Amino acid sequence: MKHLKIDNLHVSIGDREILRGLSLDLPTGQVHAIMGPNGSGKSTLAKVIAGHPDYTVTSGDILFDGESILAMEPDARARKGIFLAFQYPSEIPGVTIANFLRAALQARLPDGEELEATEYYAKLYEKMDLLEMPRTFTSRAVNEGFSGGEKKRCEILQMAMLRPTFALLDETDSGLDIDALKIVSHGVNSLRGPETGMLVITHYQRLLNYIVPDYVHVMVNGRIVESGTKELALKLEAEGYDWATEPEAEAVGA
Amino acid sequence: MEGALVEGQWPEWFVASRQRGWTDFQQLPAPVPKDEKWRFSNVKALDLDTFRYPVAVADAAALVGRSTGLGESAARFVFGNNRLLAATAPAAELLKAGLVVMSLEEAASQHTDLVEKHFMAQEVKLGSAKYAALHRSGPVNGVFVRVPENLEVAQPIEIFHWVEGENSAVFPHTLVVCERHSKATVVDCFRSSDDEPAFACGVNDLVVEEGAKLNYVAVQQWSLATTAFHLNSTTVGRDAACLGMQVNLGGKFVRGESYSRMVAEGARSDMLSVNIAGGEQMIDQRTFQDHAKPRATSDLLYQNALTGKGRTVFSGVIRVEPGAHKTDAYQKVRNIVLSDDAEANSMPGLEIEADDVRCTHGATTSQVDDRELFYLLARGIHPEAAQQLLVMGFFNTVLDRLPDARLRGPLEGLVAARLRAALRA
Repeated sequence: MKHLKIDNLHVSIGDREILRGLSLDLPTGQVHAIMGPNGSGKSTLAKVIAGHPDYTVTSGDILFDGESILAMEPDARARKGIFLAFQYPSEIPGVTIANFLRAALQARLPDGEELEATEYYAKLYEKMDLLEMPRTFTSRAVNEGFSGGEKKRCEILQMAMLRPTFALLDETDSGLDIDALKIVSHGVNSLRGPETGMLVITHYQRLLNYIVPDYVHVMVNGRIVESGTKELALKLEAEGYDWATEPEAEAVGA
Repeated sequence: MEGALVEGQWPEWFVASRQRGWTDFQQLPAPVPKDEKWRFSNVKALDLDTFRYPVAVADAAALVGRSTGLGESAARFVFGNNRLLAATAPAAELLKAGLVVMSLEEAASQHTDLVEKHFMAQEVKLGSAKYAALHRSGPVNGVFVRVPENLEVAQPIEIFHWVEGENSAVFPHTLVVCERHSKATVVDCFRSSDDEPAFACGVNDLVVEEGAKLNYVAVQQWSLATTAFHLNSTTVGRDAACLGMQVNLGGKFVRGESYSRMVAEGARSDMLSVNIAGGEQMIDQRTFQDHAKPRATSDLLYQNALTGKGRTVFSGVIRVEPGAHKTDAYQKVRNIVLSDDAEANSMPGLEIEADDVRCTHGATTSQVDDRELFYLLARGIHPEAAQQLLVMGFFNTVLDRLPDARLRGPLEGLVAARLRAALRA
């Protein structure tokens, strides 16, 4: 079992502190959900783990199986086994999905070793079938002109091809209708297993009906204020986030 | 440069034309920086004193062996230092159907009427009349192609021009006449056999008659020490289509001029270009989309990637002549600048003298998009590979316009290889 440990993490963008002492332990084999209101820092957490250059870690640490990854470049973190499914995936004009994924897999091979094309396409087609994506997708430019649902399916396709140790799913449910949500969830569930840990970030409980988490954390103002089992998500759905923001108010008043 | 000593058997009219060329070259003034047609260019690069008409290449067989281009071909001609090194004639059935692919020297005698009618018939309007005259005066060599009425040539006709030796000067010429309702693809490959400084002064004239379709691709891979002119002119007839793609990967100073004249209704001209300017390279391109008659379409897309101290100039004009109503003309130049020391200059322009036309033009200059880059990095792609992938994606939007899929892959390979080298330098 491996662990992705976030240890008392403080993160700023410019002068603004967004994460204020966040701690979390995600082992492989488990799915953790992070819920919270808009602006609580959920997306920041995902981007910081992936190594986004806009954010500065002012204190604390991110440990991949005991080893700090703070000094690692984003591409090195990805090759180590971290995967971020973006909330808003970028369009990459002129780069086909086939070429893009081939480059990503090639980057994981030792120098001088070439990706085997037949095996690659066999695997790609298998994963596309799982996500109900037509074969013509391979020759389309990455995310260009994709619908919301297509973009999210494309993110999960990449995750399925790259087989990360830790996957961070940032608002994967946003922009999805119910059919697309089921397809995407099916894809994600098929990747669950003892070798993979997942952090599912969402604003709504709805996604967690399909991707059932082992643990749920509630994030408010850059901190985790409550952790529990999946029932916690139902409480949030029923009662909103107001109750969870109170400890923060008290802390400020104290 | 001195007047040329010319080898071979050329008809009288051609010899006279050559002499006129030499006189014109000497009389026409050299460009100066304040000349609008040379704005942002580097006229100092045009000191031609050191260049010489070269001796024959050392190892013709080796160059012929290296003349592998973009795949299968219907005919293949290889020139080195202005001399014909090898020729693979078209298949017998194509010859029987009337296809002519022969050296300019042979054609000047055997197809005098057509060659004399079209050889440098277009006035050079974009600034390099002096160098067109020099071309005319030099030991010109190249290929004449005539595609007869209704004939479709499926495979590309490939032409290689090699330059070899320090300060060698070459004068490649390609003349293509596509007669009514014919179809062909012609590929020019310009290469150096070494890294020496050289001078290339090339001209191509493309004539596309009623209902015909011509695809022309020029892949310029001169050494990075070479000074080169490439002067292109295209005449497109009624309901005819010409697609011209200029790919500039080599050269130290490259001046490209592309003039396309739509002489009848329904004509279409696609003017495309992919350029990499790295190191100390300068690629200076001037274009002219000349709409002489109504209901014609021209669509220009030039894309440049700049690294190191690379410089590009694009100056383009869309001209709609009086009466050329319902003209549909587009002009777009896009620059991607990959270093702080690189410089891209874009000067799009319109001259419209007709009503009821649709003309759009635009120029953009940007760097690699940070969000796109992070997306690739977040997938584990190394930064150099990510940059390469993004810039190739940028170029693919031009390369995708090539109608012949068989050319696409090898051409993309050549562009990718040059880009990789330019990004590493």
